[in-house]
Amino acid sequence: MADAPKHNAEDYLRMYRQMVRIRTFEDNANQLYLSAKMPGLTHMYSGEEAVAVGICEALRTTDKITSTHRGHGHCVAKGAEFKEMFCELLGKEEGYCRGKGGSMHIADQSNGNLGANAIVGGSMGIATGAAFTAKLLGKDDVTVCFFGDGATAQGLWYEVMNMAALWKLPVIYACENNGYSEYTKTDEIAAGSIMARAEAFGIESHQVDGQDVLAVNALTEKLVERARKGEGPFFMELMTYRYHGHHVGDINREYYRSKDEEKDWKENRDPIIRFRSWLVAEGIASEEEVEAMNAEIKDDAKAAVDYALSAKYPDQSEVDMHVFTDVTHALA
Amino acid sequence: MREITLSQAVNEALAEEMRRDETVFIIGEDVAEAGTPFKVLSGLVEEFGTSRVVDTPIAEPGFMGIAVGAAMTGTRPVVDLMFGDFIYLIMDQLCNQAAKTHYMSGGKLNVPLVLRTNLGATRRSAAQHSQSLHALVAHIPGLKVALPSSAYEAKGLMKTAIRDDNPVVIFEDKLMYQDKAPVPEEEYLIPFGEAKVLREGSDITLIGTSSMVQVCQKAAEALEAEGIFAEVIDPRTIVPLDEATLLASAKKTSRVIVVDEGHQSFGVTGEIASRINEKAFYHLDAPVLRMGAMDVPVPFSPALEDITVPTPEGVVENARRLVRGEMIHAA
Ligand SMILES: Cc1ncc(C[n+]2csc(CCOP(=O)(O)OP(=O)(O)O)c2C)c(N)n1
Ligand SMILES: [Mg+2]
Repeated sequence: MADAPKHNAEDYLRMYRQMVRIRTFEDNANQLYLSAKMPGLTHMYSGEEAVAVGICEALRTTDKITSTHRGHGHCVAKGAEFKEMFCELLGKEEGYCRGKGGSMHIADQSNGNLGANAIVGGSMGIATGAAFTAKLLGKDDVTVCFFGDGATAQGLWYEVMNMAALWKLPVIYACENNGYSEYTKTDEIAAGSIMARAEAFGIESHQVDGQDVLAVNALTEKLVERARKGEGPFFMELMTYRYHGHHVGDINREYYRSKDEEKDWKENRDPIIRFRSWLVAEGIASEEEVEAMNAEIKDDAKAAVDYALSAKYPDQSEVDMHVFTDVTHALA
Repeated sequence: MREITLSQAVNEALAEEMRRDETVFIIGEDVAEAGTPFKVLSGLVEEFGTSRVVDTPIAEPGFMGIAVGAAMTGTRPVVDLMFGDFIYLIMDQLCNQAAKTHYMSGGKLNVPLVLRTNLGATRRSAAQHSQSLHALVAHIPGLKVALPSSAYEAKGLMKTAIRDDNPVVIFEDKLMYQDKAPVPEEEYLIPFGEAKVLREGSDITLIGTSSMVQVCQKAAEALEAEGIFAEVIDPRTIVPLDEATLLASAKKTSRVIVVDEGHQSFGVTGEIASRINEKAFYHLDAPVLRMGAMDVPVPFSPALEDITVPTPEGVVENARRLVRGEMIHAA
């Protein structure tokens, strides 16, 4: 683990808790898919928890994030509740997006999450625009733009990085490099170095172990503070790994990724196991306390899943609501 | 006759054309080893290699642009766009470049490329992976647009598209990839601009495209049980559009419903309805009716998504009302 910045035990325990909440959310989502209770498909964040948590723990509620198709982790880390998330996943009325968005658009907007996005790279403009707002209105909010290694191929990123750098916008581009873009290794779709792309615009860039929540958090805290003072933008490349397939239906994946490789990441670099050992070794929590926390989170998730399963669907009259802000029913 | 899936039909069409013409190549995301997320292209990279089945980064405008340039200089690219919704990303390359090059060069340059992509909702994929956007490209002069409604059409139209010297956009229905239909072993092509009459009838004409052909067929069966005989027509290509067949049927039955999965407003249904109004007005006993997808972004929740698309029941209900004359004064 990286050198711990000055945090108290409470902060560390919250970080642990948030990582376990993400993993638990995903385990339940996967179960819902496998038991055919979830409509459509979903992309699991399991394995990448330290990235979302390390970053979001360095943010305030008023700071903004933009998320991706693999967005449950960002959503939890930025402060969302299980109940509304599972309701959204199942298309229920009480979901964060009233069932209109589903897994790929899930977000707790009240915590500064501007949305998950089903278009790869689709949020890069939005994040940069949010940073533009902060600058224009004289706020010290910072925006973190999450995206994958595959998304670095999108031209939009180069356009907005250029402007963000020219105008010193308070945005942090956070590339979650999990080694794969769908069913293809990153090396096969990204020429040269990813860091160098941001550096070419004069953007200060850092690479960090995305399985080390303390390292991610320490770096983000520094960059966020500087971005608030107008020293942005910044780029972070977070080296991480997704445990499941590209989406829940991607089961037979040995043609592009070996079981040994998956096993190695899960057994030797798991962000939760690593942080848990550190907590115990530092005397911040005992094994029993950690187990009790895990069990409580499991129960919370189960209660939320049960609630969501029996919650009601939106009324059909909602179908033409929210098309426009100033028209209650667009087709009335 | 043997039956194969729509997915196999597309695969066969591509393989046959690639064997026939070595300038044909496929380009897109995860098209090679993965054979696309829908597995439509499985096996092609093994036969044709990675130089002709080309995996790209997630850079749609980039590979679309490369395909346009390659097409202008002696090859026949088949661009694979994973979801029809991503067409917004490549609009400049498709509509400003590919569509206009032949015209702007006074006929000196050609862009013989195929863009294969898909349409269709009700897969619980939410607003950015469920759209049917064929009307957008049909609006642009210079682009041909094919909408296969079965494995048979998918194969024949794809082969024609690849041999066409113009840019052609083919939208497959992603819910139909596993649907089987009789497809001959022998080679065949389906000419563009030739509608297919799937069922003859005398009381009303149901014009359906792509995913909506099945909807019209089911509606026609239900109507027949009530003594209403519906003619079902699949235009197969909307650019070019086989007006003659559509008009002849409208004149024969005097009532028409046009069903298409694109949004109803400013769409394919309105275009076809208006051509019939203009050219068969005095033969009609009722206004030509449009049935498209609801004018809302496609919602995720199954409780909402299912009511946004035309259904056989909805078509039946409207057909009954037209036949009874209930809609004559609808205004
Ligand atoms: C513009 C666009 N192109 C293609 C896709 C299909 N797609 C969804 S996720 C994905 C891979 C993204 O890889 P990466 O950015 O590395 O994120 P990861 O899935 O690894 O988290 C692709 C190609 C899409 N959703 N949007
Ligand atoms: Mg990736």
